[in-house]
Amino acid sequence: MSLDASRTAARRGIIDRILRRGPLEAAATAIIAAGVVMLMQPLSLTLYSWSFTTTLFGTVMFIIVSKVRD
Amino acid sequence: MNELSASSRIAYPAAAAQPRVTHRLRGLSDRALAWLFITPTILLLLAINIFPLIWTIYLSFTNYRANRANVPTRWLGLDWYQSILTDPDIWAAMQVTAHFVIWTVIIETVLGFGLAFLIDKKFRGHGAWTTIILLPMMLSPAVVGNFWTFLYQPQIGLFNYVIGFVFGRAPSSFQMLGDVTLSPWAIVIVDAWMWTPYVMLICLAGLRSIPDYIYEAAEVDRASKLRQFWSITLPMALPFIMLAVLFRGIENFKMFDMVNLLTGGGPGSTTEVASITLKRAAFESWRTGYSSAFAIILFVTVFGLANIYVKALNRVKSR
Repeated sequence: MSLDASRTAARRGIIDRILRRGPLEAAATAIIAAGVVMLMQPLSLTLYSWSFTTTLFGTVMFIIVSKVRD
Repeated sequence: MNELSASSRIAYPAAAAQPRVTHRLRGLSDRALAWLFITPTILLLLAINIFPLIWTIYLSFTNYRANRANVPTRWLGLDWYQSILTDPDIWAAMQVTAHFVIWTVIIETVLGFGLAFLIDKKFRGHGAWTTIILLPMMLSPAVVGNFWTFLYQPQIGLFNYVIGFVFGRAPSSFQMLGDVTLSPWAIVIVDAWMWTPYVMLICLAGLRSIPDYIYEAAEVDRASKLRQFWSITLPMALPFIMLAVLFRGIENFKMFDMVNLLTGGGPGSTTEVASITLKRAAFESWRTGYSSAFAIILFVTVFGLANIYVKALNRVKSR
């Protein structure tokens, strides 16, 4: 019982640590940057085709996570 | 006495009117008053920013053509987006934009930081030199585009003359704006000439924000000048450098005026950056729906980069 409680607390700790504005904003920033690189890279047309979706996803994510508590 | 009575006669109506105004305003809460003041701005923003944006998003899903406004528009869904994102020509334009953005940002950052580092050492006449260095930034891009066109003239251009003199070649043996290999570099040179001072200004602000006592402590620890540069100057100026890189990156991603004046996208399509492709689709081919979709793709990219820029700006502000 106490083991379960400590496990739940630990899981909540991890979730609390991840679901903060800082790491989420960093992830969104990385996705936007990846989208921009995909848009302008000269290597693959497939990457270019997915660039807009990636940038849009990153931008929407950035807008949402900037409202998350610090 | 007369004067007093006259002034009191003049002052009396004003004094009587004042309570009436305050009485009228007293009925409004602070929130209502704030709304009263910002409503005109919000309306203006809605009219000139938000509405055109929403209208462009709508047009990007249709086959609307501005030169055939009377033809009924047809809903196309994501067809234009799919067409643009699988078009090798647009992909090529993005690569031209990438070449322009990457090289201008690298050159401007290296030269701008170097100049800021030199100007920060307070030598005799550094104020005058700062003003001289800042001059290109103050010019209009239209003016810069026009006079660099003259500087790049193979017959009479000063640039060709200087390069020819240095490398021992005839000035008319190469064309900066007409050559497929040289023209992408010609626009990079002009942008770097114009915007390096701006990067220098931002870097200078970063260098001036480093407190002297950190260098004094490093001197006490007998750190060499090179060590001080790598361990103090560069890390502490880095947020400012990042800011300059992001700002110039965003600005050059949507560069139009200067490139249009210098080369117009030519020769062929070697300097056709994304905004010139967009202009050609919108105002030469009159494919309004298609160009709206392209504009939205560019807008989302710039908006995403601007979010990162604002985040970096806040980090610098909090320092």
